[in-house]
Amino acid sequence: MSEHRCDITLTVNGETVAETVDARKTLVDFLRDDLILTGSHVGCEHGVCGACTVRVDGDVVRGCLMLAAQCNGARVETIEGVSDGGEIADLQTAFEQRNALQCGFCTPGMLLTAQELLASGQVPSREKIREQISGNYCRCTGYHAIVDAIESVAQARAGHKP
Amino acid sequence: MKIVEDSPPILTALDRPNSYIGRSVPRPNMARLMQGRAQYVSDVVLPRMAHVAFVRSPHAHARIESIDAAAARKAPGVIAVVTGPELAKVITPWVGVLTHLKGLKSAPQNAIAVDRACWAGEAVCAVVARSRAEAEDGCGLVEVEYEELQAVTDPETALDPKTPVIHPSIADNLCFERVHTAGDPDKGFAEADAVVETTFLFGRHTGVCNEPRAIVADWNPGDARLTVYQGTQAPHMMQNLFAKHLNLEEHQIRVVTKDVGGSFGIKVHTYADEMATVALSKLLKRPVKFVADRIESFVTDIHARDHRVKAKIGVKSDGTITAWEIDDLTGIGPYSVYPRTSGIEANQVVNLTGGPYTCGNYRARARVVFQNKNVMCQYRAVGHPIATAVTEGLIELAAAKIGMDPLEIRRRNLIADDAHPSQGPSGIKFEALSHHSSLAHLDSMMNYAGLRAEQEKLRKQGIYRGIGFASFVEVTNPSAAFYGVGGARISAQDGATVRLDGTGAIFCHTGVSEQGQGAEAVIAQCVATSFGVSMDRVRVIMGDTDNTPYGGGTWASRAAGIGGEAAWQAGKALRANVLAVAGSILQAKPETMDIRNGIVVDAATGAERIGLDEVARIAYFRPDTLPSGIQAELVATRHYVPRAWAFAFTNGIQASYLEVDTDSGFVKLLKHWCVEDCGTVINPQLVDEQVRGGVVQGIGAALFEHCLYDDRGQLLNGNMADYLVPMAVEMPDIEVGHVVTPTADSELGAKGAGEAGTAGAPGCVMNAINDALRPLGAAPLTDMPFTPDKILRALKRV
Repeated sequence: MSEHRCDITLTVNGETVAETVDARKTLVDFLRDDLILTGSHVGCEHGVCGACTVRVDGDVVRGCLMLAAQCNGARVETIEGVSDGGEIADLQTAFEQRNALQCGFCTPGMLLTAQELLASGQVPSREKIREQISGNYCRCTGYHAIVDAIESVAQARAGHKP
Repeated sequence: MKIVEDSPPILTALDRPNSYIGRSVPRPNMARLMQGRAQYVSDVVLPRMAHVAFVRSPHAHARIESIDAAAARKAPGVIAVVTGPELAKVITPWVGVLTHLKGLKSAPQNAIAVDRACWAGEAVCAVVARSRAEAEDGCGLVEVEYEELQAVTDPETALDPKTPVIHPSIADNLCFERVHTAGDPDKGFAEADAVVETTFLFGRHTGVCNEPRAIVADWNPGDARLTVYQGTQAPHMMQNLFAKHLNLEEHQIRVVTKDVGGSFGIKVHTYADEMATVALSKLLKRPVKFVADRIESFVTDIHARDHRVKAKIGVKSDGTITAWEIDDLTGIGPYSVYPRTSGIEANQVVNLTGGPYTCGNYRARARVVFQNKNVMCQYRAVGHPIATAVTEGLIELAAAKIGMDPLEIRRRNLIADDAHPSQGPSGIKFEALSHHSSLAHLDSMMNYAGLRAEQEKLRKQGIYRGIGFASFVEVTNPSAAFYGVGGARISAQDGATVRLDGTGAIFCHTGVSEQGQGAEAVIAQCVATSFGVSMDRVRVIMGDTDNTPYGGGTWASRAAGIGGEAAWQAGKALRANVLAVAGSILQAKPETMDIRNGIVVDAATGAERIGLDEVARIAYFRPDTLPSGIQAELVATRHYVPRAWAFAFTNGIQASYLEVDTDSGFVKLLKHWCVEDCGTVINPQLVDEQVRGGVVQGIGAALFEHCLYDDRGQLLNGNMADYLVPMAVEMPDIEVGHVVTPTADSELGAKGAGEAGTAGAPGCVMNAINDALRPLGAAPLTDMPFTPDKILRALKRV
């Protein structure tokens, strides 16, 4: 039922958005259905697969476990904005070179989750990388190539020679 | 058979200047996927588009007494509520049988259940609304009265006389049975020094594609055309089926497949809810979208496996295998899935068991029975994980019994590399395989001797590590023998059309399709090489029945081997056509010229003669300047289907190294290796990643994935919190090696590589677990998935 509707104002990828949404609408449904930002994906809708990963006020969150109504005043970033801003260009290049994606459905979430780890500036171990992305389900790659790609970016950002 | 360095400098037709064959070039379609600019079907929005949600049966078997949709029809946003009998006026039912699987029978299946629901999750009513949320609200208001019927859930008792027959229209619950005997198994077992007999269980699991099944159907009465955006592996097959069951002509239907969020065999079948969506669009004369949610996916995406195999092997004390015997029983849900049927997997188990080995004394029986559970059908590596785990499990149990090293027993029984053509115990034909080279490569790649020493040392410290192997054969590049001969309109051949544009770039339209495996890249590599341009001058068009040659799509590891060869040949044909035009422009003999890197050159010297852009300019815009009688033909089409062999079998061997925590029962995977021979390797990186992804899918089956049903046919774990899939932290690094034995059936020589990982991994992991636990006297584990509780039980810890 849609008798409960909320007015929200937030920024999405730097643009101010003012909308009226169903109170029950998840953030990812709001992004996809209302703003037509289809780069965030819906995989499980119960917080396990990570395909809906976005950033809210700088933190990586599950777009299916947060309601749009909770985002009033928030700063939301999706893959479209993070990609266009150039922040993860090196990570995207590494994913391409290493074929660290196949169908690509998990990839936007995987990139944002990886960037969260990489932003620390450390060079994490492969185990640490695997742990970091263990909330992001990929059925295609078997993860090895993803770990390779993230590891190579961590080393490059830390100034290691490839 | 050997790797490239042994070859002379001038090799084959593949070794063109600037060849992309054998190069790990990146896929051209990745940028959009990484930028959030992909277009999956779940992203498609059309004008006037409505959304459908389904009321699904909560019972495994129930008579539908009544459906009261009055409240739902009045709900906000609801456009229509449609029941099974109402929709049956628009779409006809189907029966999933193939004539070459003799005796296979099934019952008619409707898009929405009529009178009776046969599994928990079968759609019984559709609610179409302006949004998915409103459609789901509407579903909540539909009152369905059911009379619950007895559910048939246990395959073991499905054929008992006292078990109810699920479909009154067919005599019993037996869908299909195959019995096969080769050689003299009784004599073989009598000659054995040791016989091992056990029962292997393979739990039901499912594909869990990250993007659920999705479809947007758009019937436009103005054009009398139906456009279907569908995440499918087989667009032309679906075109045919939509036409057939909606009473339309095929040319009235366009199936468009853009980005697909994973398939793995899940998206190559006919799904009742997708057929219903298409029928609803026809009924309502507007676009209708259906995207399965995760819970729906678990109860309606085809399940796979669910086999119980009683198996027996005889060996002599010198390791020679003397006989095999299997009895496979598999439960497939209430219907054989259309149009590929649910008999193929059991049939493959019979075909493939013992496949890598010389022993031809073989007795097999497979029975496929109906159940009131979700439907079961072909999923990545169809039958291979079962046949391989049974075969390789028996081999390692036999090796342990006679005290022989598990690689040594394989060396003594694998078909020799120089013994081809050859055949497996069931009579399957092998053109050329490399079991021994692959085994030797694996042995050195993994440092087997070193690992054994490490294992021995750690055992003394109470750390239990195991090493397991699995040799395998894998069906790829299927001819019409798979489906066409059984009457299904599923194309075995595939085509490619290559055309030169006005600037000298080329378009390649292909019947194979992309779902992330890299078909687009492979097609581009083939056609760029055979025609003679760089890959950035190739645009590949796929996944559109209006705009691609008729083809089979992507399944059974066919896209590179079949679609790649068609593209290769089409590129060559267009090169000849272009050189004919260039020859007339330059007054030179076409056979003295070649196209290299986008330029027509003198073949002998490499001297540049004319650019492709200039050839295109003259041919398209100044054809008046060509000599009279010269008509430029700047489009070429070629098709390919394997003819000499029914299937291009690949082979390989995997190894798993793992540690079992004997207190918790948890398995830690330390490393996995796979040596794979898929013939000519077009793109080594893509092959390696297919193998890795496939291995992990097989590991999921071995350790985690299980659709748990209760005895009333209720799925107990239909969500991703309870149904476990492999996540990064549990997975090992996977090392991949290659031996190259091209098929002579095509010029390219490529076989498929998409399923080998999944074929071998489950048996390999099983063997490693049993190797780890053997010194503790644990009963061998043969019941997949090997969850901690089963391991602790085997150790008698619980």
